[in-house]
Amino acid sequence: MLTVRNISVYYGAINAVQDISFEVKEGEVVTLIGANGAGKSTSLRTISSLIKAKSGEITFEDKNITTLKPHQIVAMGLIHVPEGRKIIGSFTVRDNLKMGAFLRKDKAGILESMEEVFTRFPRLKEREKQLGGTLSGGEQQMLAIGRGLMAKPRLLLLDEPSMGLSPILTEEIFEIIRTINQKGTTILLVEQNAYMALQVAHRAYVLETGRVVMSGDSNVLKDDKRIRAAYLGEIA
Amino acid sequence: MDYFMEQVINGLQLGLVYALIALGYTMVYGIVKLINFAHGDVFMVGAFIGYFGFSSWGLPWPLAILVSALCCACLGMLIERIAYRPLRYATRIVALISAIGVSFFLEYFCSLKFMFGPNYRVVQRPFDEVYWSIGGVTISNIQVLIFCTAVCMLVGLQYLVMRTKMGAAMRTVSFDHDTARLMGVNVDRTISFTFGIGAALAAVGGVLYAIAYPQIWTFMGIMPGLKAFTAAVLGGIGLIPGAMLGALIMGQAEVMTAAFISSQLRDAIAFSILILVLLVRPCGILGKTQPEKV
Repeated sequence: MLTVRNISVYYGAINAVQDISFEVKEGEVVTLIGANGAGKSTSLRTISSLIKAKSGEITFEDKNITTLKPHQIVAMGLIHVPEGRKIIGSFTVRDNLKMGAFLRKDKAGILESMEEVFTRFPRLKEREKQLGGTLSGGEQQMLAIGRGLMAKPRLLLLDEPSMGLSPILTEEIFEIIRTINQKGTTILLVEQNAYMALQVAHRAYVLETGRVVMSGDSNVLKDDKRIRAAYLGEIA
Repeated sequence: MDYFMEQVINGLQLGLVYALIALGYTMVYGIVKLINFAHGDVFMVGAFIGYFGFSSWGLPWPLAILVSALCCACLGMLIERIAYRPLRYATRIVALISAIGVSFFLEYFCSLKFMFGPNYRVVQRPFDEVYWSIGGVTISNIQVLIFCTAVCMLVGLQYLVMRTKMGAAMRTVSFDHDTARLMGVNVDRTISFTFGIGAALAAVGGVLYAIAYPQIWTFMGIMPGLKAFTAAVLGGIGLIPGAMLGALIMGQAEVMTAAFISSQLRDAIAFSILILVLLVRPCGILGKTQPEKV
């Protein structure tokens, strides 16, 4: 569904991502794990065209999207929920959700999606008329994911959904990610919490200083000694 | 008392014209964090086009206002495209310098003989001024025209920004460009649109100004531009209601100073307000100092 082939990305002279390749197949949850600065977020930002790759090619559903503009990519159903949630503080919860459906024209369908989001996140329904800026971190993350779902994503890119959340909320968010996937949305997940990410993902790519250093089935990687030592906090 | 009331109305008239200009400053600042110093000169171009419209081209004056608004909307978008977009992600001071450059360019280019020329022109009003006396207070048809036009524009703008999809896009871009992109907003087009709307409002302000104070020249935009900028800062730059509030206060302050203290002090008072705001409450009357959220 999504193929990233040999992309390199630079911030000025700094090479943030070096010749990375990976793919996501329809129906999968794929995760990119790795430490701070490994190039995970940069990879997502390159896919959604917020940054341009210096070289390489990205295809989504057999179309080359490398040179498309961000809004054209959104129109194709490739939706990116950014790091730090980016909830519009002066918009109500409802208006934030509506903004997620910005490119959709089917009014009835939008309302239907909104109901679905409210069923999935009853807390958001309670806070429907509250301003986005007044929500707690966990609620904001739910809103961010809900806003992503409002676009009817074919592929959902999630950047650090567990960032700054308590362990209980983190569990909750990952459970939500799992159910979203089970309902048919393909997910590319970026996480520093490698343990949780490997629980929910089918496959994983391990990034280190801008390169893919390992990849494979989550279950296999979970048991890999080097992974356990480097990311799961175990003494080798 | 009647004299005082008349001054209040004069202040309202001036304040509403400032509001039409201040909105452009504040909208552009809200969306790209740029003080568009060429905005006062767009106001000047608007005044000239309106003047040519109803005096040389024989257009009915409402149509002249409309033509001026459309031409200036194009001018505003063109300025953004040429002078600001290439610098959008450069340091802010760079874009600011570019804005000052555009301002000088418009002033001096328009002063050329084949453009508007360097001389003052007296505006022949497209209709006669009529005065009415209501309970001892005199108001003119020009004041009524300014009041109605400005209020319609302000209400229309509020509707556009708060109730339409384009408005939602503008507010999202103003929150964060990348977030807007991820929602599917075409950020370049939204910014362009914002410049267009701001310039059109300034043009309407310019034509009304030319009708109310019937003398125009190519440097006429500087003072109203600076005062409208002050108004936007006073109300809280980036906030549309703030610009309106600030402009109304500026209009009153200026007219009251001229009427009751000295007309030579009117500009001094206006800019004293700017300095005072920056010292005491830099975020403006309606602005909030936002704590950084990590």
